[in-house]
Amino acid sequence: MEKRVTFKGWLLPVALIAPQALISLIFFFYPAAQAVWQSLFIPDPFGLSSQFVGLGNFEFLLKDPYYRSSFVTTAIFSTLVTLAAMIPALFLAVVADRLIKGAGAYRTMLIWPYAVAPAVAGVLWLFMFNPRVGVVAWYLGQLGYDWNHVLNDGEAMGLVVAASAWGRISYNFLFFFAGLQAIPKSLIEAAAIDGARFWKRFFTIVLPLLSPTTFFLLVVNVVYAFFETFGVIHTITSGGPQQATTILVYKVFSDGFVGQDLGSSSAQSVILLVVVGLLTIIQFKFVEKKVHY
Amino acid sequence: MATVDLKDIKKSFGKVDVIHGVDMEIADGEFIVIVGPSGCGKSTLLRMVAGLETITSGELLIGGKRANDTEPMDRDIAMVFQNYALYPHMTVADNMAYGLKIAGMPKDQIKAKVQEAAKLLQLDHLLDRKPRELSGGQRQRVAMGRAIVREPSVFLFDEPLSNLDAKLRVQMRLEIKDLQAKLGITSLYVTHDQVEAMTMADRMIVMNGGVAEQIGTPLDVYERPQTIFAAQFIGSPSMNLMDGRIDGGQLKVNDVSLGPVDTREGDVTVGLRPEHVFADSAGVLRLNVHQSEPLGANTLLHGTLEGKAFTASLPGVHRMPGNDRDMSLNFASENLHLFDPKTGKRI
Repeated sequence: MEKRVTFKGWLLPVALIAPQALISLIFFFYPAAQAVWQSLFIPDPFGLSSQFVGLGNFEFLLKDPYYRSSFVTTAIFSTLVTLAAMIPALFLAVVADRLIKGAGAYRTMLIWPYAVAPAVAGVLWLFMFNPRVGVVAWYLGQLGYDWNHVLNDGEAMGLVVAASAWGRISYNFLFFFAGLQAIPKSLIEAAAIDGARFWKRFFTIVLPLLSPTTFFLLVVNVVYAFFETFGVIHTITSGGPQQATTILVYKVFSDGFVGQDLGSSSAQSVILLVVVGLLTIIQFKFVEKKVHY
Repeated sequence: MATVDLKDIKKSFGKVDVIHGVDMEIADGEFIVIVGPSGCGKSTLLRMVAGLETITSGELLIGGKRANDTEPMDRDIAMVFQNYALYPHMTVADNMAYGLKIAGMPKDQIKAKVQEAAKLLQLDHLLDRKPRELSGGQRQRVAMGRAIVREPSVFLFDEPLSNLDAKLRVQMRLEIKDLQAKLGITSLYVTHDQVEAMTMADRMIVMNGGVAEQIGTPLDVYERPQTIFAAQFIGSPSMNLMDGRIDGGQLKVNDVSLGPVDTREGDVTVGLRPEHVFADSAGVLRLNVHQSEPLGANTLLHGTLEGKAFTASLPGVHRMPGNDRDMSLNFASENLHLFDPKTGKRI
C-alpha cells in the first residue's frame, strides 16, 4: 500500500524542496536559458558587444559541412561505445554467473575500472598507445603494424571508443550480473529439460528476461557516450586528427572556448539538447514496446 | 514410458552426505511419491533423476539404460516445478510449445499437440495469455501441459501443489492422479504432505535424513510402518509413542499391562495410532485430557497417558470428560506397533 504524507502548511515542503530546486535552477536552468539566449547573438571578436542575428547561428550551423560531419562522427562514436561497453559486459556477466566459487572476487575485480575517472582512463590509454613511447604501440610495431592514432583517423576513433567503453564495462557488468541473478534458476532448469542447450537458452530465455536491464543500460550508455566522454577525447585526441573524433559535445567546447565563437557554441548546445531529448523519446517509444517486464 | 531403477544412489555436497544410498525399482506406469520433511533429501533425489544434480555414486537406469551422465534433455523426462517455472515472456501456447519447437517438430503438429493438451487440461481459452495473467491453479495446469505435450517416458513433480490453497490442492491432487492414470506415464512425485502421499501413490518412499526409511504401498506403510519415523510421519494426527517393556511375555507401560506378546524381552517403543483407541470404561489406558478439538466427524482429545503426551481420535462429538478429566480407553491388540528404541526399527 502506498503511504502518503500530507503536510499541513506550505513552508516545510518548500524548504525541503528548495536545496534541490536551487541547484537545478543555478546550474541547469540558468545556463540552459543563457545558452538559448546567446544562441541568438554573435559577439564581436573582443567580447565587448554582441549583435542580434535571430536564427542566423542555426542557419549557419546546418549548412556547415564540419558540423554535419560531427553529427555522423557522434552517431558512429556513440553506437560503437554503447556496443563496446555492453556486449563484453554481458559476456562477462554470463560467465561470472556460471561460477560457483570465487564469483565475489571476480565481481569485485571487474568493478574496479569504474572507479577510474574518464580523464585518467584517457591518459592511461594514451600512454599505452602513444606512437613513440606507448607499450601497446611498440608491440604492434614489433608485429609489423605501424600504429599512429595521431595521423590515422580510424585508429584515433578506435582508441577513444576503447578508452570510453573500458570503464563503462564495469558499470554495465554490475547491472547485467544483478539481472542474471534475478532470473529464477528453475526457469533455466525447465528450459534445459525442454531440450535447450546453453546458447539456445541464452537467446530464448535469458536475454528476453534481461531486456529491462538491457533497455535501461542502452539509454544510460547512449547518454554517457554523448556527454560524459568529453574528458577521454580531450586527453587523447583533442578531437583530431582532422576532427575525426570531434563529437558534438567536443565541438561545443572547441568552437566556444577555443574558437571563441560563443554564439555558435550556444546554438550547438541547444541543438544537442533537442537531439538527446528526441533520442530518449524514441528509445522509450519504440524499444520499450519490445521489452518484457 | 519406461522403468526407472535406482541402484544405491548417493549424493554428497563436498563432505556433506545428503543421500545415503537409495535402492528402488520403479515399474512402467507406476506413480511413486517421495515423501519426507524438508531437508530430508527428497528434492535432491528427484533432481538427480532429472539430471539437474550429479549422482555421486550408484547407478540410475531409465528404461533399462544407464543415465547417470546423460544430459537432462536426453533423458526423455518432463518436470513440473514447485514455482511452475513458466517462461514469463511467453504465452501459454508458447510455453507448452517451447520444447517441441526445439525438438524441431513441424508447426502444424506442434499446434495440434498444444491444442490437444490444452483441451485435456481445460486451458483452451487461455492459450494467448501470459503466465502473470493466470491464477495459481491455471499456472499449475500450464506447467502440467508443458510436461504432457512432450510425451516423456517419465514425469517428475517437485512439490507441485504446495503453492496452492487447500481447496485447490485437493482438486488438483485428483486431477493429476487422473491424468497420470489416463496417460500411464511413470511418475515420481515429491511432497512433504503425507495426505498427498497417501492418496496419490501407488508406492511411496518415506525419506528422512537422506535415508529411505520405508518403501511400500500407502496402506502397507500405514499398517506396518517399518521404522518409528515412518510410523509418525504417515497418519494424521501422528502415532502415539509410549516407552514400554516386555517382561515374561507381557507388554507393560509403567505398571499397566497391555497384554501378552511373543517377541524378545526388554525395552520397546510402543506405537498406537490416535484413531485406533476407543472409549471403554473397562479399558486399561487412562488418558488425562487437557484439551479437545471437535472436528465434527470426530473429536481429537489431547492429554497425557502414563506421563507422556497422547492424542486420541474418537468418532463423533465428545465433551471434555468430568471432574478429574480422566478417561478410559481401549484398543485392539493387532493395532499395537512395537519398535526397538535403539535402532528405531520395527520388531
